[in-house]
Amino acid sequence: MATHLDISHISIEFPTPKGPFKALDNVSLKIEKGEFVSLIGHSGCGKSTVLNIVAGLYDATEGGILLDGREVKGPGPERAVVFQNHSLLPWLTSYQNVELAVKQVFRKTKSKKEMHDWIMHNLELVHMTHAADKRPDEISGGMKQRVGIARALAMEPSVLLMDEPFGALDALTRAHLQDSLMEIQKDLNNTVIMITHDVDEAVLLSDRIVMMTNGPAATVGEILHVDLERPRERLALANDPRYVDYRTQVLTFLYEKQRKVEPIQATAKSKTVAASAKVANA
Amino acid sequence: MISSVTMTALKDKISAFSVKGILLPVFGILVFILLWQVGASRVHTSLGEFPGPVVVYEQWNSLVAEHQRERVKEDKFYVRQEERIAERQAKDPSYVGTLRDYTGKPTFFDQIFTSLYTVLAGFGLASLIAIPLGILIGLNRSVYSALNPVIQVFKPVSPLAWLPLVTMVVSASYVSDDPMFSKSFLTSMFTVTLCCMWPTLINTAVGVAAVEKDLLNVSKVLRLGWMTHVMKIVIPSAIPLMFTGLRLSLGIAWMVLIAAEMLAQNPGLGKFVWDEFQNGSSNSLGRIMVAVLMIGFIGYLLDRVMLTIQRFVSWDKTQILR
Repeated sequence: MATHLDISHISIEFPTPKGPFKALDNVSLKIEKGEFVSLIGHSGCGKSTVLNIVAGLYDATEGGILLDGREVKGPGPERAVVFQNHSLLPWLTSYQNVELAVKQVFRKTKSKKEMHDWIMHNLELVHMTHAADKRPDEISGGMKQRVGIARALAMEPSVLLMDEPFGALDALTRAHLQDSLMEIQKDLNNTVIMITHDVDEAVLLSDRIVMMTNGPAATVGEILHVDLERPRERLALANDPRYVDYRTQVLTFLYEKQRKVEPIQATAKSKTVAASAKVANA
Repeated sequence: MISSVTMTALKDKISAFSVKGILLPVFGILVFILLWQVGASRVHTSLGEFPGPVVVYEQWNSLVAEHQRERVKEDKFYVRQEERIAERQAKDPSYVGTLRDYTGKPTFFDQIFTSLYTVLAGFGLASLIAIPLGILIGLNRSVYSALNPVIQVFKPVSPLAWLPLVTMVVSASYVSDDPMFSKSFLTSMFTVTLCCMWPTLINTAVGVAAVEKDLLNVSKVLRLGWMTHVMKIVIPSAIPLMFTGLRLSLGIAWMVLIAAEMLAQNPGLGKFVWDEFQNGSSNSLGRIMVAVLMIGFIGYLLDRVMLTIQRFVSWDKTQILR
């Protein structure tokens, strides 16, 4: 069987006043159906750029993307995106936000009643039916992100792209949403690419962790297969030697092999202190 | 039962509200009236003392009385006509009478009414042009680049400069035996439109251009059609700035209209002021002052109406609108 999603030798350059800036260089990745892949790397390494290229929001300068054997051009709902900052339309209720997506994708194939049921089903999946008629400014950050996930799932995407979906949430809410995501993933078995900078999140959720080197001209550094049986329990795993080992491997990559060297500026003294503190923490 | 603690808290709240909401404004108005009275009595003109609050109040009453007298006259005029027609029909059943319109002098309140519908018509037309055009400009950088110089040149043009041109064009092109609108109405209205559309146009364009990138990405991922994109994402997101523009436009429209009416002698509050000025009786200054206050008050009410509409339309109920 051909690969479900084939990211093939993509590079991208952005024009800057100082000449073209090469953000990604020759990134290749093959992803099977139902696989959960995390992209991890230091900030600025271009992991979001990879996701945006797969989403079709950016065009790769070289290389291309094949989804089920067809080349991807431009954005589309079969590659739904969960954005970092929920990106719900603030003037629509949770229901209407999901409805906008459902109407767009299933206008021709589902009846009105079916669309309604489908919207409610997706809100149910993320446990948000109680706030269906609330607008984003009336619900908490975690709830907004749930609705954002419901909107993406409702498009029935071949690939679900998540751009640091839980990055803006507090630790407890994040853990809660990760559990929800695993539950949904068990039922739907979606193909997922998730950007993260949280090592625990990556190990807990992923089948594979793709570790990216630092930019400019970032590329895939190492790929780690996470062979932990599902369902995964965060508490049970915390002391599991395999989990600890995976975690250590990712940490080693991030903080030894690809230690981020912050540019130290003589003028910005506070920044220098912050940078050295970061190194000390690492 | 409500505990005494909550009762006192409630009382505190009410008193805090009434101090800020009623007492202070009333105090401000009283101080203003006092200063006005003292100041006015020191200014002498060829038409007598500058009108103070008392004179203005008297003139207000006389304007109201004038209006009522005029209405009585008008009623009598129609009654007389009907009686005359009925009389002739009694003699000759085939006679069909025509009711002629009353042609008495428009009163202060007639002029207010004329000004109000002229300003609303001019502002309405301006909005109909400015909002769609603003959306197009905001969506498309090329349209923006093409239209921006034209907009920047016409934006600062004073109504008085437009007026002669508009008058001539209206008289030349609006020729009809049975006109639906009077020429003076059209002249005033177009002048208002030309002068007041710019803030709406520019603010709409800025609002449309400033739609959050994330939301644009959502639209792209969903592959929304152009119309859905504009209706569901662009317009709601531009609404706050659009209303800022609309409120500025309405304010300008009202100011422009008064000036245009004065200059062109078109019916309305502007003409009332000018007529009183030319009249030059001892009452004139007082009457002009009544008109000035009325113009201000109506301008304030128009803005309040827009604010109410904005509150109703705005999706962000947490935003403080004033």
